[in-house]
Amino acid sequence: MAKKKKICAKVVSQRVISEGVMDMLLKTSLAEDANPGQFVGVYTKDKANLLPRPISICEFDKDDQTLRLVYRIAGKGTAEFALYGTGEVVDILGILGNGFPLDKAKDKKVLVIGGGIGVPPLLGLSKELKKENTDVTMVMGYRNADTFLSSEFENCGKLLIATEDGSVGTKGNVIDACRENGVKADVIYACGPMPMLRGVASYAKEIGAKAYLSLEERMACGVGACLGCICKTKNTDEHSHVKNARICTDGPVFDADDLDI
Amino acid sequence: MNTKINIAGVEFKNPVMTASGTFGSGMEYSEFVDLNRLGAVVTKGVSNVPWPGNETPRVAEVYGGMLNAIGLQNPGIDVMCKRDLPFLADFDTKVIVNVCGKSISDYVEVVDRLADEKGVHMLEINVSCPNVKEGGIAFGQNPDALFEITKEIKKHARQPIIMKLSPNVTSIAEMAKAAEAAGSDAISLINTITGMKIDIYRRKFAIANKTGGMSGPAIKPVAVRMVYEASHAVKIPVIGMGGISNAEDAIEFIMAGATGVAVGAMNFHNPYATVEVVEGIEKFMKEQGIEDINDIIGCV
Repeated sequence: MAKKKKICAKVVSQRVISEGVMDMLLKTSLAEDANPGQFVGVYTKDKANLLPRPISICEFDKDDQTLRLVYRIAGKGTAEFALYGTGEVVDILGILGNGFPLDKAKDKKVLVIGGGIGVPPLLGLSKELKKENTDVTMVMGYRNADTFLSSEFENCGKLLIATEDGSVGTKGNVIDACRENGVKADVIYACGPMPMLRGVASYAKEIGAKAYLSLEERMACGVGACLGCICKTKNTDEHSHVKNARICTDGPVFDADDLDI
Repeated sequence: MNTKINIAGVEFKNPVMTASGTFGSGMEYSEFVDLNRLGAVVTKGVSNVPWPGNETPRVAEVYGGMLNAIGLQNPGIDVMCKRDLPFLADFDTKVIVNVCGKSISDYVEVVDRLADEKGVHMLEINVSCPNVKEGGIAFGQNPDALFEITKEIKKHARQPIIMKLSPNVTSIAEMAKAAEAAGSDAISLINTITGMKIDIYRRKFAIANKTGGMSGPAIKPVAVRMVYEASHAVKIPVIGMGGISNAEDAIEFIMAGATGVAVGAMNFHNPYATVEVVEGIEKFMKEQGIEDINDIIGCV
């Protein structure tokens, strides 16, 4: 794995793609090391904010050396990022975490499930799977008709949408959409809020699929030293020797069978 | 120009160390900094058996710093001896193992286990973690309890010991004196300051443990004051920490009376911070014509 670095990146462009959701393109050599499902830590210029904000990589282009970050404005740090225009310089830490295990998708029927701000990292993943001609079904869950990134998902394969208010696709959550359409798969990759991930894990059991879940948690160092962002696991692991894995370095993507969630 | 310091007979190439719990056992940050440049690596607290730590969320950001309530999660002394100490042995730096426990016998068990570890140069005894219910802070807020545990550990320790003091006390001088009277070879301070953050939209504590230890640049003036008071209360060396971001901050602690200094939460903001502090101190000494770092310890 490539060495982690804290370096300067430059904002190529930024726009609003949904209410409170920003789409920022960064120029950085870190893109060369990126894989779908990994993340970066983004630092604010306001030094009263000590910690980097963990933000998932939506897409990357190794040739152009760009990272695309799609994030929700969730607090004062991300509110600052949202103000950045073209040419702004920003400190980032990366590449962090392990991505989705793409090798598990080989010759398999794949289901990609995302919910809310867990949707963005699945775009890069879906594009990667499409490149390999994988049989992919994507199910994305949103609050309402503001289905950001959905047109881009459509280019990667079959897309199903679930909305809480029923304005688009299935009324309900992503699991409701899977059931309604009788979606079957061998392998599931998912990212979203914890209740959704629990639903995905049990749906995977029902249909006999392997599930790989991307988790999030409040994080400090991002590099595995502080033990702030742990998740409960079924077995003790090599690093902690207790039933806690580090989301930042052992994850953020985990085999659902290993988790106690 | 001399940057070497001596604490209880142990020579450090420079005064810069890592604050326990912010640097693992050095492995994670060795991707960013050359550990050979540091005066010492101070490990995350280690107990006799593995500890699972607290529920999440364990960390929260606050203005100019952060709160944490990790709860001393650690893999236990066996793993430390098998994995972390051999890793650190490859570097030309001093190794200080931070020891935690729930009872005096827990601490003693770890101290005894480390007695024959040649690669461990000092022990830092954590009697000041605000985030575990039993042990830890229970020994660190009462001078008599601190005296008792220090004396007991001193009977067993083969390496010189550093009692790590809590700022959550009425008189830091009194605690420093108790540690010294019981035979501690040095003291380090400050551990984190107990704090709380409430998420007003969710009407919940930001940290599962409700309270957490505050660290980061915002606590620095409190830490400098306490290092000043403690170092003037005792003759044993003091290792100062609390909100050190850069060399200027570190020099402030040294001038307040610290022989060594440690970089903590700033590692999370700037993973290169430790080595930048080392280089910054050298630059300051050159600019100010300081021949020996020891000349400015407690110079105010």
